Amino acid sequence: MALTREQMAQRVARELEDGFYVNLGIGIPTLVANYVPDGIDVMLQSENGLLGMGRFPTEEEVDPDMINAGKQTVTARPGAAIFDSAESFAMIRGGHVDLTVLGAFEVDQEGNIASWMVPGKLIKGMGGAMDLVAGAENIICTMTHASKHGESKLLEKCTLPLTGAGCINRVLTDLAYLEIKDGAFHLKERAPGVSVEEIVEKTAGKLIVPDHVPEMTFDA
Amino acid sequence: MSGFDKRVYSYEEAMAGIESGMTVAAGGFGLCGIPENLIAEIKRLGVKDLTVLSNNCGVDGFGLGLLLEDKQISRIYASYVGENALFERQMLDGEIDVILTPQGTLAEKMRAGGAGIPAFYTATGYGTPIGEGKEVRQFNGRHYILEEAFHADFAIVKGWKADRYGNVVYRDTAQNFNPLAATCGKITVVEVEEIVEPGELAPDQIHTPGIYVDRIIQGTFEKRIEKRTVREG
Repeated sequence: MALTREQMAQRVARELEDGFYVNLGIGIPTLVANYVPDGIDVMLQSENGLLGMGRFPTEEEVDPDMINAGKQTVTARPGAAIFDSAESFAMIRGGHVDLTVLGAFEVDQEGNIASWMVPGKLIKGMGGAMDLVAGAENIICTMTHASKHGESKLLEKCTLPLTGAGCINRVLTDLAYLEIKDGAFHLKERAPGVSVEEIVEKTAGKLIVPDHVPEMTFDA
Repeated sequence: MSGFDKRVYSYEEAMAGIESGMTVAAGGFGLCGIPENLIAEIKRLGVKDLTVLSNNCGVDGFGLGLLLEDKQISRIYASYVGENALFERQMLDGEIDVILTPQGTLAEKMRAGGAGIPAFYTATGYGTPIGEGKEVRQFNGRHYILEEAFHADFAIVKGWKADRYGNVVYRDTAQNFNPLAATCGKITVVEVEEIVEPGELAPDQIHTPGIYVDRIIQGTFEKRIEKRTVREG
């Protein structure tokens, strides 16, 4: 079975370490915040200028001056810091964020990512994504392994305009967890009940498959 | 001391001198911390052919979206413009020239412009359409593109409190691009919720020192929320 969105978030959350500063993109990455393992403390960075994003507010706590990068109303947790946009991207570009999780349309075996623009469709903009992928050394890309029509999104070379070049080192899809290095995808884990053959079939880029590919496990 | 008194008492005075064809830097992220009354005054004045430097372009009928109604913006540098049907139409019709700019680069262009730095190298956008045609240089084995600073004729800024000398503090994430926009305008206009006496704001807590600020006006704000998201109390 392919992973659900929640399972994808759970799996990514296992990569969190105590004391990590983490930037979570919109969509599945946002859900990662719900699965921070017990005993681990992370600070969420929101690129509009908040380090230490807290929970959504209650109706009484809603404050128009307090939003996240997705423009949702949020709170700041104890120990948070708030700053301007140049400061926010200084910490992003400067490599101070320990882990960035974001979605993508395509990634390729060289670590290129395309996530912001489909030619011929309306282009809304890249927001902070180009800065995030340029600045982080530790990025996990979350995406479906293939399109609805079965076309692989893990490619030899991205076909869409890039968000960043040579910057992605890990990918979690609904089928597999993979690392990107030395010009290839390396299969590390597979979703429960998903065969290596299916992953091979749906990966267009160069894929290195070890003898044993462990199956992910999830609490019921 | 009147030489340092930056207060003005009407929005007409606040935006005096703005003309068609000018470049305007605006603070705000989405609808958070936008200079909503200064934008409304620009709409009222009807100046056209503006170049706007702003992370977003408001929504239909509010914020910078107001300036689309009479086609006052001919060019915008922004990182994300997806919340606005009128904007989409003007973009597709070629009535507005959109230069999509990565968010961090946009902030740094404002900062650099205000800080006397004409251009800077950044890895952001290298190898992407954003890097095309820009000078590339390698430092320590990595590629960077040259991005030029912004200079604006007017900067419009929303603060929380200011004293009459133009020292400004921002509240929570309404800070965002405001302090950066404040530095890169030839004329910087700040609207705030409250003007206080000099000395009431702690000197070491000032976000925008008054040296950057030309005019201060106290206003009232709607502060519209774009995505109200709540948890069960």
